[in-house]
Parts: sequence; C-alpha cells; structure tokens
Amino acid sequence: MTAATDTAPALTGTTLAGSAAVGLPRRSWVEHIMGLPISVHVRGDAATSAGVDRAVCTLYESLRETDERFSPYRPDSEVSAIRRGEPTSSAELLEIRALCAEARRRTDGAFDAELPGGFDPSGLVKGWAVERATGPLREAAAGSDWLVNAGGDILLHAEPGRSWEVGVEDPGNLNRTLRTFALSHGAIATSGDARRGAHITDPSTGRPAFSGVLSATAIAPTLLWADVYATAAYVRGLASLPWLVRERGVRVLFVRADGSRVSTLSRPKARS
Amino acid sequence: MRRLTLWFVSTLSALVLLFSYHTSTGGSVETQTAALAPASPGSTSSTSPSSGSSSGSSSGSSSGSFTGSSVDTRWGPVQVEITVENSRITDVQAVVYPSGNGRDEEINAYALPQLHDEVIQAQSAEVDTISGATVTSDGYLTSLQSAIDAAHLGG
Repeated sequence: MTAATDTAPALTGTTLAGSAAVGLPRRSWVEHIMGLPISVHVRGDAATSAGVDRAVCTLYESLRETDERFSPYRPDSEVSAIRRGEPTSSAELLEIRALCAEARRRTDGAFDAELPGGFDPSGLVKGWAVERATGPLREAAAGSDWLVNAGGDILLHAEPGRSWEVGVEDPGNLNRTLRTFALSHGAIATSGDARRGAHITDPSTGRPAFSGVLSATAIAPTLLWADVYATAAYVRGLASLPWLVRERGVRVLFVRADGSRVSTLSRPKARS
Repeated sequence: MRRLTLWFVSTLSALVLLFSYHTSTGGSVETQTAALAPASPGSTSSTSPSSGSSSGSSSGSSSGSFTGSSVDTRWGPVQVEITVENSRITDVQAVVYPSGNGRDEEINAYALPQLHDEVIQAQSAEVDTISGATVTSDGYLTSLQSAIDAAHLGG
C-alpha cells in the first residue's frame, strides 16, 4: 500500500536533463534523537505531500522508540538489562545480537559489540534503526528522492537520472568538504574522532582506536553495513583493506594523518 | 611493482595532457563527457563516468569524478579514478582487484595510492548533505549540515 498521490511518472523529460535535480521542490525536517541531529530531505513532487509529512513523523517516533529500548545509556533499556545479566528475549534484540556477531565476523573482529565494559551494540543499532524507520518514507515518497542523515551517516534514494551530492567532511577542517560522491541509492557513513574526541574503542585492546587514519568513510548498499564498515575501517586503518576490498558493493575512503587519501573503488558489477 | 608504477605515471601524464589541451581552448572544460586514456601502453580506450561517482554541477564549472576502464595487469585488473575540480585534477585514485591471495591485496592496496599525495583544495559549494564523523546535537548548529537543512526547512 503506497501513497496514492505519487503515481505520476518519475521523470518528466527535458526538465530533468543535465543537472537533473535543479528546480524540483525540496523540503527538510530535523529532530534531535539519541543525542544526534536526524535530518530528512525529500526532493520531488512528494516533498510537500501530507503523506510524506506523516511518514517523517513516523520515522522520528520509530527512532525514539529504538533509543528507549536499546540505548546502553538508559537504565531501563533492554541493552542495559543484558549488561546487568538479566535475561531478555525480544525478537529485535536477538536480531541485533545476531547482526553484531555477523559484523564481528565480516570485519575480522574490528567491529565487536562485546566490549570490555559490556555489551554495546550502539555502532550497529543506529543504522539498523534508520533502515527500519525509513520504511514508511520509502513508500510515501515513491517517485521522489529522499535522504536521511543521522549524525553524518546517510541512507538515501534518488530516482533514475538523479543523485544526491554527498560531501565528505574534511577531518582536518570541519567546515570543508574533502570530496563529493554523487549517490543514487544505498548509504554512506563516516567514522572518526574529529568531532567527539577519542570515542571509538578498539575491541581488541579496549582502548581508544588509533590506526593512523583521521577518518574512514564507507559506501555500502545499506546504512547498517556502511556504518559497521566505516567504524571497523577507522579502528584498523589501512590494515582493513584486505578484507574491505572483498566486500561486494562496498567502497571506502580513508583520510590519513598527513591529509592524503586512499580509496577503493566498488567492485565492477561485471566481475563476480 | 615498478612496471605498474611506470604504467600509472604514464597514464596520469596522458590525463594531464588531455585536460591541458581542453583548458587551452577557453578554460571551460566539458569534463562530463571527457574521454580519458587510462589504458595499457600502446592502446587507448575511452571511458564513461562511473555510475557511482560522476558529479554534476549546475554552475557549468568542470568538476567531477571519472573512472577509467579496467586494465589487466599482472597484479590483477586495475582502475584509475580521477577527481576534477574547476578543470584541475585534484585527486587520483587507483585500486587493484586481485583474485589471488590476501597478501597480494594488501601489497597492491598500499602501493598504488602512494602516487597521489596532492593537497586537495576542494571546497564544494554544491552539496546536498554531509557525511562526517558523528555530529552530536551540540555540534550541529555549527555544522555544514545544519546550514543545508536550514536552506530547505519549511519547504
């Protein structure tokens, strides 16, 4: 069941040629949840529809619920219950634990929710939650472009022939972008200590990560995995390249301490 | 390693020549359709902008990322990507997709990017959103993202 107002053709010919998105109506929303600014942008005919407005409200409600249930900073959350050793069996928490285990496996241990201080799935829950919360928006905004930016990690969609220009922040100068990626689907996430000081823990030592890179940006089909790969790539630095280049559809950009950059290209589709 | 490095440098030279030529015709380069020559020595092939990184700009300035065609080397297939800002190559990236053991991957991934140590001056004015190290609510008001959001709030 999708919003009935959005059945118009997605493309209208010449007006979308060249810089396709110029001139389309666009609207944004911002709310602060989990201590993060969550921005939603919709571009296209659906930008001003009431259905999209409702879907964005639903998205924010869903994220607030996730925060209440899975934040390690809330004593009454399910994650806090696990940390206290209490049994819990909610389907969502079991799913999160299984995903954390898979993330640990895929990243060779560079991502690990089982930290010395206790179970902390925060690095994965945000992407998981945004993916789930975006379901209604995906339907209500059918035929238009949308993006959700959760504290610098972005899930997005653009109609054929259009894209979102995503700027990657310069970790050496937060008022600048280092480069831009034109993306039409999928997700992009950046991990680094530029804004919050040393807050990313190396699971193998329990201490703040320092791998010689200032930031790692990952592009992947889903926000959950973009977020996980960015975190893991930041923790391990360039040493994560051997397993990163094996991941299908994943692209990573490192900024080294001297400001130089290393990136991988996504694996060509023709090669499998 | 040495052979690959030489190949790469010659490719880069070809690109620089190509863009220099275009620039001399008037300063505005239509790089969206520019043909690069990142092929093995002795042959050239045109390329198309990569599906994931071609970057459009409504101001008419020549900026964007362009990916060359894949070239087989003894280290595996190699692709080169360049980033152009205002008719100037500001970034060159290369990567290998080896099919062999993990050690090859590591060597190649380390070796190739050493070639682009250029300082980047890419202040992008046309950006829809910003990916960066986690922005907290406290830091949001001074962030680029907040400016972009504000530009579109209220429809």
